[in-house]
Amino acid sequence: MKELTKKENIKDWYLKNFELFEKQMNGHNHELLKKVRQASLAKFLELDFPATKNEEWKYTDVSFARENKFNPVSTDYKTSLTKEDVKNIIFGNFDYNLITFINGKFAAELSDISADSDKIIIKNLNSFIDSHKEIVENYFAKISSDDNLFNVLNGIYMQDGVAIYLKEQSEFSKPLQVLYLNGYSEENLLIAPRNLIVVGRNSRTSIVFNYYGNPKASYFTDAITELYLEEDSSVDIYKIQRESLSSYHIEKFQAIQKDRSVLNHYNLNFGGRLTRNDINSKLDGENIETHYYGLYLGKENQHIDNHTFVDHAKPNSMSNELYKGILDDKARGVFNGKIIVRRDAQKTNAYQQNKNVLLSGEARIDSKPQLEIFADDVKCTHGATVGHLDEEAEFYIRSRGVPEELAKSILIRAFAADVCDEIKIVELKEQINHLIFEELHRQEVSY
Amino acid sequence: MLTIKNLHATVEGKEILKGIDLEIKAGEVHAIMGPNGSGKSTLANILAGNSNYEVTEGEIIFEGKNLLEMEPDERAKEGIFLAFQYPIEIPGVSNATFLKTAINEKRKHLGLPELTPKEFLNLMKEKSKILGMDNDLLGRSVNVGFSGGEKKRNEIFQLLMLDPKLAILDETDSGLDIDALKIVSNGVNVFHNDKNAVIVVTHYQRLLDYIVPDYVHVLYKGKIIKSGGKELALLLEERGYDWIKPEEVELESN
Ligand SMILES: Nc1ncnc2c1ncn2[C@@H]1O[C@H](COP(=O)(O)OP(=O)(O)OP(=O)(O)O)[C@@H](O)[C@H]1O
Ligand SMILES: [Mg+2]
Repeated sequence: MKELTKKENIKDWYLKNFELFEKQMNGHNHELLKKVRQASLAKFLELDFPATKNEEWKYTDVSFARENKFNPVSTDYKTSLTKEDVKNIIFGNFDYNLITFINGKFAAELSDISADSDKIIIKNLNSFIDSHKEIVENYFAKISSDDNLFNVLNGIYMQDGVAIYLKEQSEFSKPLQVLYLNGYSEENLLIAPRNLIVVGRNSRTSIVFNYYGNPKASYFTDAITELYLEEDSSVDIYKIQRESLSSYHIEKFQAIQKDRSVLNHYNLNFGGRLTRNDINSKLDGENIETHYYGLYLGKENQHIDNHTFVDHAKPNSMSNELYKGILDDKARGVFNGKIIVRRDAQKTNAYQQNKNVLLSGEARIDSKPQLEIFADDVKCTHGATVGHLDEEAEFYIRSRGVPEELAKSILIRAFAADVCDEIKIVELKEQINHLIFEELHRQEVSY
Repeated sequence: MLTIKNLHATVEGKEILKGIDLEIKAGEVHAIMGPNGSGKSTLANILAGNSNYEVTEGEIIFEGKNLLEMEPDERAKEGIFLAFQYPIEIPGVSNATFLKTAINEKRKHLGLPELTPKEFLNLMKEKSKILGMDNDLLGRSVNVGFSGGEKKRNEIFQLLMLDPKLAILDETDSGLDIDALKIVSNGVNVFHNDKNAVIVVTHYQRLLDYIVPDYVHVLYKGKIIKSGGKELALLLEERGYDWIKPEEVELESN
């Protein structure tokens, strides 16, 4: 009974704060968003935070959400962060546009969007609604976003996010870096980013999501990202997550892909006390390609849960997934790879691999493929492995005069290589490689 | 340089080496032959410090130091090098990076400064030329996608780059075509001088035509049952091992 009252309290807390939140949005609460908020509020009353007896959340205990009152109403402080301060947080050494959000709020002073507006519109969502209402009406909130209470919470309390609209026949090679600086000045915030990406016909670009947390700060990032890929379009999405080790990070990513579109999604997880990613793609057309690359590093008592879902709805498409985990200390990883091949989706090729290396005896991974195949002419393979660093290989390396710790680093490098090598921005690849060793507190091995 | 005294060793509780004595001086080449499973690779691995093998008795003194007390990387820095019978693949780490790491670790140990990128490049060029190695192979991940012969050649390339005091070649000839055998043997001969020593583990006289041994030892069931000069290898090629195998009874009673 106690548990129940607690739950009630938490829900009351989020309901109670809504009025204050709306007031604080001022003019920025557009009608379109209001509608979503109202619908989400209605849904909020029906749902509870998922319990571990829910199959989708079996290995991920989210009692943090029941036990903490995260504050959805941040005061509108003036940040003292300067470009100099964030220089080392940004992934640099390549040409990029930058849009920055602090605690989920657009920070114009830390953004630098010199985009070619003939081809691409990059704005914060709240401004984008003012200038491109029809696009928002066509695309925004069209995905299912009431799978669980976290998504619904985002629907109620979404503050802002990036809106990217790439027009037809546009190649925009300069990557956009979306920087989320979380956990600054205030403690225990609920930060609810809401991102919308629309890639027009025969257009291509790449986007780097850079989620960064103020070290030691405690907060909850609850994000939703919607991506629409029109015919013949192509996009590389890099999500690099370095939230603080006392924070919680949940994202639902949903892509809707049309004929001949290509999605490369890179999901690179370093931070967060608890992380849950739902990475979904609906292949709603023919000759589509979907590539998922994942790398998750866990140390101390981190918990990282990646749920991926590839939904093959039509014939002749392919999906390929490679997720690799490195877990140290008492870290825990969860991988659930769902592939549905619907009845019409003949000639589908679907591949999935999840590989894990445990660096300590107390680290743990729960890996589960989930294939549901309703068509008969398909090629579908999957595999999952868990192991330790190869001792034979370690001996080989040490026999050349390389000390034990460095030999281990070389093997970690070797393990991560096939995901890292897929990163197309060379400078980013090197920085990710660097991060791997920095996060694991191990000696770095470069290329 | 190397003294092995009454070496006994087990793997997973099973005794493989049953009292080996061997003395190797600078400038010498020793060939170790013997039937499959007799313990040749075991001996080679023990010298390199593979912890899968447990030494239960005896001692190994290398350059006046107790080798058995050293970690594998310490042994390498002191000058031991094992060319593996089955070289390991390391994806995502280039041959060049791997060797630069190894060489600089060794130089650190010797109190020498790291090689500059230019010095390292020149060294790579010089040594790879001796073995006719493709530049392409040097940039690729260590042994990944290398053919059997290329892997063996890469082991000898590492040998030339690291320039140890004692080189142990475990069946380096297997997997090499006739031309490659000549080139690789030549590489070993370029390496060999009167300050270092070579142990060649092989099944075939062919290799010993190129790398000429001062001594040939026959290892059988974990013991050296015969030693001789290079002509012993010729005899083995002709007659096999049967004629020197001791009576089973005699061996068991030891
Ligand atoms: N890791 C191991 N686990 C179990 N048995 C082992 C292991 N390593 C070696 N052995 C056993 O020890 C014995 C000697 O093996 P070793 O590899 O030293 O032989 P070898 O003389 O090198 O043979 P070859 O000529 O076939 O290479 C064999 O019976 C082998 O099965
Ligand atoms: Mg052998």
